[in-house]
Amino acid sequence: MDLSTRYLGLMLENPLVPSACPATESLDNLKRLEDAGAAAVVLPSLFEEQLRQDERSLRHWVSHGSEQHPESTSYLPVPEDFTLGPDQHLERVRRAKESLGIPVIASLNGETPGGWSAYAERLAEAGADALELNIYRVAADPDVPGERVEEDALTVVRDVRKRIKIPLAVKIGPYYSSLANMAARLVSAGADGLVLFNRFYQPDIDLEALEVRSRLLLSGPQAQRLPLTWIALLHGKVRGASLAATGGVQNHEDALKMLMVGADVTMMAAELLRRGPGHVKTVLDGLTQWMEEHEYASVAQLKGSMSQRACADPAAFERANYVKTLSGYHV
Amino acid sequence: MDGNEAAARAAYAYSEVVVLYPITPSSPMGESCDAWAAVGKKNLWGSVPEVVEMQSEAGAAGAAHGALTTGAFTTTFTASQGLLLMIPNMYKIAGELTPAVFHVAARSLATSALSIFGDHADVMAARQTGWAMLCASTVQEAHDFAAVSHAATLRARIPFLHFFDGFRTSHEIQRVSLLSQDDLKAMLDGWALRAHRRRALDPERPVLRGTAMNPDVCFQAREAVNPYYSHCAEAVVHAFARLEERTGRRYGLFDYYGPADAERVLVLMGSGAGAARVAAEAAGGKTGVLVVRLYRPFDWRRFIGALPASTRAIAVLDRTKEPGAPAEPLYLDVAAALEEHAAEGSPRFGGTRPTLIGGRYGLSSKEFTPAMAAAAFAELAKAAPARRFTVGIRDDVSRLSLDYDEAAFPEDPSATGAVFYGLGSDGTVGANKNSIKIIAEETGLNVQAYFVYDSKKSGSMTVSHLRFGPGELLTSDLVRKARFTACHQESLLTRVDVLERAADGGVFLLNTSAPAAEAFARLPAAVRRGLVERKMKFFVMDAAAVAREAGLPGRINIPMQAAFFALAKVVADPASAMKHAIEKTYGRKSEELVRKNCAAVDASLARLAEVPVPASLPETPVPAPVHEDVPEFVRSVVRPIMAGRGDDLPVSALSADGTFPTATARYEKRGVADEVPVWDQRWCIQCNKCAFVCPHAAVRVKAYPAASAANAPGTFKAVAWRGRDLPEGTRYTVQVAPEDCTGCGLCVEACPAKNKEETRLKALNMAPVAPLVAAERENFAFFERLPDAPLAGVSNASVKGSQLRTPLFEFSGACAGCGETPYLKLLTQLFGDRLAVANATGCSSIYGGNLPTTPWAKRPDGRGPAWSNSLFEDAAEFGLGYRLSYDVKERRAKALLAARAKDVGEALARELLDANQDDAAGLEAQRARVARLRSALGSPTDGELKDLLALADSLVKKSVWVVGGDGWAYDIGYGGLDHVLASGRKVNLLVLDTEVYSNTGGQASKATGRAAVAKFAASGKPTARKDLAALAMTGGGAYVARVAFGADDTQTVKAFLEADAYPGPAIIIAYSPCIAHGFDMRQGLAQQKRAVDSGHWPLLRYDPSRELRGEKALQLDSGAPKISFKDYAYRETRYKMLEAADPASAERLLKLAQADVERRWRHLAGPGGGA
Repeated sequence: MDLSTRYLGLMLENPLVPSACPATESLDNLKRLEDAGAAAVVLPSLFEEQLRQDERSLRHWVSHGSEQHPESTSYLPVPEDFTLGPDQHLERVRRAKESLGIPVIASLNGETPGGWSAYAERLAEAGADALELNIYRVAADPDVPGERVEEDALTVVRDVRKRIKIPLAVKIGPYYSSLANMAARLVSAGADGLVLFNRFYQPDIDLEALEVRSRLLLSGPQAQRLPLTWIALLHGKVRGASLAATGGVQNHEDALKMLMVGADVTMMAAELLRRGPGHVKTVLDGLTQWMEEHEYASVAQLKGSMSQRACADPAAFERANYVKTLSGYHV
Repeated sequence: MDGNEAAARAAYAYSEVVVLYPITPSSPMGESCDAWAAVGKKNLWGSVPEVVEMQSEAGAAGAAHGALTTGAFTTTFTASQGLLLMIPNMYKIAGELTPAVFHVAARSLATSALSIFGDHADVMAARQTGWAMLCASTVQEAHDFAAVSHAATLRARIPFLHFFDGFRTSHEIQRVSLLSQDDLKAMLDGWALRAHRRRALDPERPVLRGTAMNPDVCFQAREAVNPYYSHCAEAVVHAFARLEERTGRRYGLFDYYGPADAERVLVLMGSGAGAARVAAEAAGGKTGVLVVRLYRPFDWRRFIGALPASTRAIAVLDRTKEPGAPAEPLYLDVAAALEEHAAEGSPRFGGTRPTLIGGRYGLSSKEFTPAMAAAAFAELAKAAPARRFTVGIRDDVSRLSLDYDEAAFPEDPSATGAVFYGLGSDGTVGANKNSIKIIAEETGLNVQAYFVYDSKKSGSMTVSHLRFGPGELLTSDLVRKARFTACHQESLLTRVDVLERAADGGVFLLNTSAPAAEAFARLPAAVRRGLVERKMKFFVMDAAAVAREAGLPGRINIPMQAAFFALAKVVADPASAMKHAIEKTYGRKSEELVRKNCAAVDASLARLAEVPVPASLPETPVPAPVHEDVPEFVRSVVRPIMAGRGDDLPVSALSADGTFPTATARYEKRGVADEVPVWDQRWCIQCNKCAFVCPHAAVRVKAYPAASAANAPGTFKAVAWRGRDLPEGTRYTVQVAPEDCTGCGLCVEACPAKNKEETRLKALNMAPVAPLVAAERENFAFFERLPDAPLAGVSNASVKGSQLRTPLFEFSGACAGCGETPYLKLLTQLFGDRLAVANATGCSSIYGGNLPTTPWAKRPDGRGPAWSNSLFEDAAEFGLGYRLSYDVKERRAKALLAARAKDVGEALARELLDANQDDAAGLEAQRARVARLRSALGSPTDGELKDLLALADSLVKKSVWVVGGDGWAYDIGYGGLDHVLASGRKVNLLVLDTEVYSNTGGQASKATGRAAVAKFAASGKPTARKDLAALAMTGGGAYVARVAFGADDTQTVKAFLEADAYPGPAIIIAYSPCIAHGFDMRQGLAQQKRAVDSGHWPLLRYDPSRELRGEKALQLDSGAPKISFKDYAYRETRYKMLEAADPASAERLLKLAQADVERRWRHLAGPGGGA
């Protein structure tokens, strides 16, 4: 059975890739993921905010309260040099690369153009085989039009592209007025692949404490419909770019669906957090078994076979699907 | 660099073992060594010294002695009381002829008051130990003489005490020419090094040292050392010669400055030498100065030889006081030298012995200026000069002080002086340190910088004194006539006279948001007048706007520094120099910060504007003085000190024994907060948590009868009291003291009541103080006058009840958000009327007892906490002394009462003897009986009755509390603490545990958590925190509690009450968030909760008396750990920075720290146990 797939120009043994999440944080976990059959790993994100804040906060608090009293002109020994959060992150990338045989994809998370994109270069220097740039932006400012949001994203991609030679994937959310157009422009700006989609974290309210709780709900099976739809729609329409499906993939059937609509890889996070790294093997075994039972020879064979372009009912992925779904609710 | 660093650099190079204990102002020397060792910096022998912090200076001296006697090159750094604690070992080290160097930043000794500032009291107290004493007068000398000491000690086998003036040379920044490694090596004699190694105690060639001797030989043995002392001076001369060979810098044991035919000579040592030289030169006649370098052994022949043969009169200036002695030490040495020389016929002086007078100057860093030295010269010129005098103060008691005229000594015209007024928090000092470095590097000028701080830890003012010029900057004193004066904070214009040191025609720069056109008019009248009278140029800079626009809100230092350089015109291209410095500070990794700071430099000059100063001002009527109801002592002594005019107070203004009235902090009204809490009574649930957590007692709550509030100011807020425990109609108010609040915001954090219409708001919310201050000042004054509702029915055994009691600890100078002071405030709310505090030296003694004011207050009848501080190391013993005294006096009073019951009335005597004073009502009843006793006694003539009258107050119960920090409790005072806990006596100990030496600037203590970074633990503390509670419980006889008010305030109140009620010794270990932890103090409560939730700080109460009732003595008041240690610790920079500095160590230590937490929990809870 040939499970191999090409993603961002990298040849992967199979299409299962753990995405950026706490499950890919420790080296120990990464090794277990590799042992379980993960074809590549996306390391946790280095955040734009983290880049800015780690430095400021450390510098601020190290010298906080200094020069206020003759007896205590400072309170902490100021190291001649300190390695900030990002440096530790780079170290983790380096160690992951040293210890793993599978490709290591680093991840950088930001929303606005700025000096932080220089870290893309350093992630590449640290040995990442590819970079996943996660553009997470909640466009909540009524004074910022959609064009600006799009242009900012494209600027970041162009900026990062200029700085690195390794493959670049761009992870985006679904909230663009014209997602297909945006996808094409991102690829033109330098993306080698698109990762669909970012989770849009929606907080909850604690009624007793009257506080907003940002507790994360792990994604469930319903989350897969959105990427499934859009990968089906985009497959073959974004010039030469890879597509990665992320969101709601729990088992081999989910993975198969994603591959069939056109994903080059399917990513997993929530289910790995629930079930542990070994779950990769379960999905992989299920995938292999299903393909054997259904007499598929390779992943390449089924990839995109149910995309909008290839399927029997292309309208089902667009407005007609909506009409059909609603009419299914006749009482 | 400053003198501390200059000395430490040489000391580090020569040392294999460095033993440390923090004490101001010497701590930075040890801190530098620890930081260098942490990054692997090597000494002259290619190894990284062992840098070890000890539990006290006594411990440091002991460890030094051990390391020395076994052959390692060893040093330590200390000052003041620290040096006193080393004296026993210093005798030993000298007695055994062991080469060693201790570096001392010389500081006052605590007498009637502690002082952290500089004089020679400490080193003079060690002059009899047999150590050589070499005194550096400048920063350069501190470096050179450190090296000379290390070289000479090996040659001479006499240990060296190298010293320089604390809080002048130690903290003065000057250009220093550093000795290279080769220079430092060249100073040493190989044979002497090897000889030291050969003498090392070693089982391979055993010897016996430290024996006990008997009358037959001990005397002779002491005399056997004489040849070494005879040769010691030669060793120093030899080392000076080597130094001169390498550097060209020439020093003698005694250096004379002045004409060869001088007749009048001042003799002194230390940083005052420069001022004396200036005075001598200015006198222009036959006057000179002899500076003493090697004070011990005192080489009298070289001393005489260094004086001009023409010397007719000598004035010796001593920077110390030895009450009761015929004269101060240096005078006596000079007198002895003249006497010795006279025995030979005084040939140096043509047979005429010069006259000798002596005076004291510069005690506790009192300024010593050329004018003061000139006064001494003038005295010498008199036909009958004062034999003993003081200079620099006005002594209207003993009338010893000489008059001096500062105006007669203009500053060196070739040098420029600049003075900057700022707040501690605004970066002014840091910017000026940077500026002086830039000037030194870019211009080649000589530079000098010194920084003056006030005694508060929040809202403190700093004054930076910078000097630069082509000539030698001789005087070590504050700038008196500044050509450039800057005020970085507009609020300071009304607090101090910012033009006090401004030169005529000088420049005044003000940071203000006022446009140039309005700036002059907006100045206070006194500043306007000052600018006009001094014909000054006036510039303004909106530094806050520049900082904001550059994306660095609040960082006003860059624009102000840029403006200084633009106006001072001392550096050719200041913008490039500043940018270069910025790049150096932030480095390659911080592109963004470098970019923003550089942008701020560029944007600054556009905002700098000159404001025309008119030639004259219209006459303005002088306002009539406002009558204020303040005590006379506050008016005549406290207020001048507060206004920075303490130097003007005469001797008679100060108490001779160091006794001061309490309840004075309320007269400061410092107004340091930008924002203060505002009460929104609609949502208040009257829990009183806001008042409980307020570190400055600026948030008050009161329940009072409705009728009393009839004439409330219009904006005064009140609601009905919600409980049934007070009479119907009782009103309730939360009131803020707007000028005493520091704006920390803890009250808002503590407030559990949310605004139901807008949940971001609570029943207390921060708001800008400016529009509120006038009304709230009036409201607070009204609030203070309101009587309490009858509180007898409201127990104080709750957070709510305790806070209805007026705090007798208020408005301290502690840091905003201080985690210690809420405990002290609670102490006074529960026991304030009968509280006697024995306070260990540390933060609590500084914010509690540093002049000008004290937060310890009194209730309206004058009763309140009585407070004293003995030393750092002896607080527990000091407090036990209180207890013993109160007990014996009570027993004596009771015995007298019993014996003389008939004289005072049998019934009254019986009542007094049998009184139950367990609660407030009982105490007040006893006080009423004591009053009746006084009336009954009248004015007795009988001796016993007189005694009874004198002891009457002893019949009222006293609550003795020893208060101190973890440095005291875990380290230096642990022996005493342990002893008091084992004493069975009713003494309570409150440990304000910040897990670090807070007051001296964040050195590790044994309370410091594993994995935390602190000074003296720059690589992260490798060992676990000492478990003081566990140790205290092992004795079984003491009440022990561990509390954290932010995690469980009710448990804290319970513990305080139980501790006081427990019949034996009691200790409360109180978690106290501190600025040294490196996090936003507003999060202090949440962080305390995390400390508890992680198991780092399990709450407990251990009451041995429960066992008598068949209950378990130990009560765990918090549950099993529910978050990881990391989740608690990594909220604080002290832990987080190790991850940044050394991730591998951080990971390893964090794992161990987690294991510590788990192990301790298992130990507390038992197998499978929990609270």
